[in-house]
Amino acid sequence: MRRSTYIVMAVVLVLFLVSWLLKSLSLDGTSENYVLQGFLITFSAFLTLAVLSFLYKDNPFYKFAEHLFVGVSAAFWMCLGFWTTIVQNLIPRLSEGLARFFEVPPQPGEYNFFFYIPVILGILLLMRLAPKGGWISRWPLAFIVGTTAGLNFIRYLRSDFIKQISNTFVPLLGAQPHQWQGAGHFFSNIDLSASGQFVAMISNWVIFIGVFTGLIYFYFSKEHKGAFGAGSRVGIWILMLTFGASFGYTVMGRISLLVGRITFLFRDWLELIS
Amino acid sequence: MANIGIIISLVIIFGGLLALLIRSVKSKEVDRRVIFLFIFVAVAAPILFPVTFSEKASPVVKAIFNKVESLPAGSKVLLSFDFDPAMAPEVQPMANAISRHCLYKGHKVIFMSLWATGQALLTQSLQDFILPGFPEKRNAVDWVNIGYKAGNEGVLNVIITDFRKMFPTDVNTVPLDSIKIFDDIKSCKDLDLVVSIGGGKPGPKEWILFVGDPGNVPIGVGTAAVVAPQLYPYYPAQVVGILGGVKGAAEYEYTLKETHSRFADMDTPGLRMMGPQTLAHVVIMSFIIIGNIIYIAGRRREKKRR
Repeated sequence: MRRSTYIVMAVVLVLFLVSWLLKSLSLDGTSENYVLQGFLITFSAFLTLAVLSFLYKDNPFYKFAEHLFVGVSAAFWMCLGFWTTIVQNLIPRLSEGLARFFEVPPQPGEYNFFFYIPVILGILLLMRLAPKGGWISRWPLAFIVGTTAGLNFIRYLRSDFIKQISNTFVPLLGAQPHQWQGAGHFFSNIDLSASGQFVAMISNWVIFIGVFTGLIYFYFSKEHKGAFGAGSRVGIWILMLTFGASFGYTVMGRISLLVGRITFLFRDWLELIS
Repeated sequence: MANIGIIISLVIIFGGLLALLIRSVKSKEVDRRVIFLFIFVAVAAPILFPVTFSEKASPVVKAIFNKVESLPAGSKVLLSFDFDPAMAPEVQPMANAISRHCLYKGHKVIFMSLWATGQALLTQSLQDFILPGFPEKRNAVDWVNIGYKAGNEGVLNVIITDFRKMFPTDVNTVPLDSIKIFDDIKSCKDLDLVVSIGGGKPGPKEWILFVGDPGNVPIGVGTAAVVAPQLYPYYPAQVVGILGGVKGAAEYEYTLKETHSRFADMDTPGLRMMGPQTLAHVVIMSFIIIGNIIYIAGRRREKKRR
């Protein structure tokens, strides 16, 4: 590392210690563990700034925060997996004695030989770590893939296929909850509000045209020329509008997260806002 | 003070954008970090000098609000906090607003989470934001926290037929059989409304697929903005309503404040976040416009050179 890097690191360390001291002093009287609280808030602020520093350029502080996040996440999820899946879900169904040992409520009516099967499959899954028995782990993996596929197949078929097709069959005249009572009635009582019949009808037309032309765009067995080509071009416009809406929502989501971090820095760390 | 602060910030932002436009038209490069700086100022200024706007609930938000309103007191509502700290700034405001609304209307509220990290946020939400406003509401009588259970969609697949198989106790290890709310609840099919608040997997989509559709249970969703467009096709046939991102939260908060005077002084983080959102979006749009102007100007210059 260059000399300038050491100087920057020393400056950041000093700033961190000063911030910790000031934060602890400001928390004195409000919390019993004010020194620890001060450290936690200062460290959180340091990590936030370390991650954001990547926007300037890659640097050792960002690398430190990144590696710390990956390490802590891995350890956290491993512990959580053990305590929530094995201890809370499995052990109460295997043995009352073990349940008492781990201080989880036993489930007397639930003891069943079948609950030993996931234990065996779990052990087999770990065989991947064995130098010669790696192939054994494919069996539980196949079981996981098979059951997940089987479980999801029915649900997705019902909700994302059949029901979605059914949702596409919308009335082009007289959209719900309004009944079509003829053109004369429609034009004499035209309502342009969001909940009105006109807007509901436009929505249904957009759904109809969007689905129809979208399907045309993805139909590659016929050349996209003439009327078919025009439909395809409308389809691509519909797709672009959809992607645009998704992008807009994504920007909103990311800005919200930035607001969350800046609010933390201003409120919890610097106490600029209440 | 706040107004002066925001006016100064706007002058700085738009003055800077104009300077950038002039600089770009003269074919001078703009460093990408300048854009980050503008976004930072646009987000930070309204946080330091708060500006709030009035919101009008869109039909998707209004639908879920009306559903909570129209349920009779004593209805069983399940709120699932399916998010983690990374998603919290976006969805926590709507989770808090819906929880308050349900408690205010006298519904029996069951809180749970399909995310391990959601349980801590749920407990924190209950202690710091939701319950202090309702000291009269009693645990196990008016609300209950059954916590987190590992198993993702598997949990939903079980509770659609039997709650007790997956949640034998609440979060304080009190058996569900001794909790009054669960007297006439065997499975999710006995609930009047389920609201899933989240944006990942498992989340709102899994609630629709594994509980809403097979059990014919009304599902409302509050979701992170990134996921919202994927959930719109489910409205109105498969979901009651959708709160999409912080905008959805702001609309819900505003409607709640307007409808019930009890919430007139309620903390509204969603509404507060719309200030930074608006300004940041204006800056982003300005950059898109500036980028297009530079592109068109560049093409013209290229044509002249030829």
